[in-house]
Amino acid sequence: MITMAEVKTPDDTDGVQIDMISAQRMEGLTSMEKIRIILDGVREGNIVILEEGLTPDEESRLIEVTMTEISPDEFNGIEIESYPQSDDDGGSFLGRLMGKDSAPNKLTVIGPADQIETLHKDETLISALVSRN
Amino acid sequence: MGLLTGLRDSISRAASSLFSEQDPKRIGIYGPPNAGKTTLANRIARDWTEHGDAVGPESHIPHETRRARRKENVEIERNGKSVSIDIVDTPGVTTKVDYTEFLDHDMEKEDAVRRSREATEGVAEAMHWLREDVDGVIYVLDSAEDPFTQVNTMLIGIIESQDLPVLIFANKIDLEESSVKRIRNAFPQHETVPLSALEGDNMDEVYDKIAEYFG
Repeated sequence: MITMAEVKTPDDTDGVQIDMISAQRMEGLTSMEKIRIILDGVREGNIVILEEGLTPDEESRLIEVTMTEISPDEFNGIEIESYPQSDDDGGSFLGRLMGKDSAPNKLTVIGPADQIETLHKDETLISALVSRN
Repeated sequence: MGLLTGLRDSISRAASSLFSEQDPKRIGIYGPPNAGKTTLANRIARDWTEHGDAVGPESHIPHETRRARRKENVEIERNGKSVSIDIVDTPGVTTKVDYTEFLDHDMEKEDAVRRSREATEGVAEAMHWLREDVDGVIYVLDSAEDPFTQVNTMLIGIIESQDLPVLIFANKIDLEESSVKRIRNAFPQHETVPLSALEGDNMDEVYDKIAEYFG
């Protein structure tokens, strides 16, 4: 399984680490591998940005796994933001037949709930405030 | 999902809808915390079941419902026809639970921690029900709140990806700040029905739409 282990982590905690994960890096991974990469990063206090977002089914599982990992005074969950899917994404007959599970192609930002706050969101702009906690 | 699996699923869904007309459909009541899901479930149960038992306790404190609760065989009569559904009241879905927020509601730390643990289990359970065990969804929103949240967008996306029939209920229209238009604009692809589950406003249309969509 691919992890972010090879990434050098800073010794001090003066900043906020941002992991921008390309679609290529996520390609071929199972849903649980993707969720693990995201949650491992977020639980270390990092902001994870996915070039290509998760499928609805993966989002559903991400919520479920996040809930099982919430622990008082340690991990409060995640903040996740992405652009809403437009009507013409995956709405084709074939898309429906295939369960609309194709990659949604939407940039997605995920961070620890106590460190990221969404200031504004609409169809084309997401503005968020990230703190060091 | 492979093409053959997709086709097989589509055929089996079509077949099950053809052959199980008599089985009550399980309709999940979903939405963010404090949207009024339990108030709605209770009103439906009181209006259409013999003893009018409540589905669960209502509260202004978020995450009052921490277990999915099912009320079986609710018979709704519309235009001379009878529609039978099971209503499943689910815990409000969120991506975060902070026990300290419960402390603001005069709760001791121990109780707040327990409530948050139960809430997280409830949300996980609600997601599981959505993937496996419901035939249709009533998505309840507080019309006095901004509907443009990530949880709403994700949940509607998840529901759409499962090809489940969905009705959006713009609840709490009795509040001054309520805006049904804001909800219609956020989810133009779905039918939005305004109501106040608490006051019983517009319930005729609510039941008409439930019968039309889930009957």
